[in-house]
Amino acid sequence: MRLLTHNMLSSNIKGVTNGFPLRIQVEKVVEKQVEINHDFLRNIFPKIDWKAFSDASRIMGYNELPEEPPEPSVLESDVEFLGKFHHALLELHLEEGALLCPETGRKFPVSKGIPNMLLLEDEV
Amino acid sequence: MEVGCGSGYVITSLMLMLGGEANGAQFIATDMNPHAITVTRETMEAHGVHAELINTDIASGLESRLAGSVDLLVVNPPYVPTPEDEVGREGIASAWAGGENGRSVIDKILPVADKLLSERGWLYMVTLTANNPSQICRQMTKKGYASRIVVQRSTEEESLHIIKFWRDVNIEVEANNGVTNSKAGILDSVRSQIQRLSFWGSSDINTSTD
Repeated sequence: MRLLTHNMLSSNIKGVTNGFPLRIQVEKVVEKQVEINHDFLRNIFPKIDWKAFSDASRIMGYNELPEEPPEPSVLESDVEFLGKFHHALLELHLEEGALLCPETGRKFPVSKGIPNMLLLEDEV
Repeated sequence: MEVGCGSGYVITSLMLMLGGEANGAQFIATDMNPHAITVTRETMEAHGVHAELINTDIASGLESRLAGSVDLLVVNPPYVPTPEDEVGREGIASAWAGGENGRSVIDKILPVADKLLSERGWLYMVTLTANNPSQICRQMTKKGYASRIVVQRSTEEESLHIIKFWRDVNIEVEANNGVTNSKAGILDSVRSQIQRLSFWGSSDINTSTD
């Protein structure tokens, strides 16, 4: 599970109002290189909740992202920053671990890089 | 994005057609069945492509953050008319069991699709004649979607349609013109790839250009 995906997931438990972001519990992180695409990064940036993303990257063991979101102009010109953004967003994978609902603490397991968001009957 | 990736055939084919992540697209697939998720991962690996996979019911957990972000959604839903109690059970039957008129799961998916699709987003969905595709199209028109049956195909057992839906402000006026405001890039690539697919070929196929 990439941090891009983590940034798009929220707790789907019935009644939960504050389900984002899910808290990451790391057991195994894997790095998989993928070609950088600057246009994609610029397009996706407005959709990213930066605080959730930069916090998550630190939990995954990557400390290069600023806590504060960059100015959009940084994305236009700062290639080094784009590289870090790309690496944290797309190249770090939570292979084994869990995502926790911030409100209930309920664990959604992540196994082989895949989160299991299936709910029990009483959670739907 | 694919909802109900099953064997992984469709999402893998889609990624191969669109050049995977090389062109700056990101792919996501979901399935309720954990075995389907496992098999999809293996299928993708075997073809050297990667999509993010989530074991979930339709898009549960993604809907709020991914709203308005999906440019292309493909769905091959459980469309077979079956007794209602066969829908959504654990096991392989959930891959086809569609309840009354085969519409139970389709009718759950459509509002989710409406939420997830971007302004320029396209939905391609497989239906049977028994699902009453014209009624589905009428329902979607009320939500602001134009629609077109892009492929029709009859086998001995099934009469299948693939319907394309897209948001269109002027549905009445532009019904015959198709998409007039698509932007160059991924979406045009999808359109031209679908027209070129040779495995659809046979005399009873009715493809419309769009």
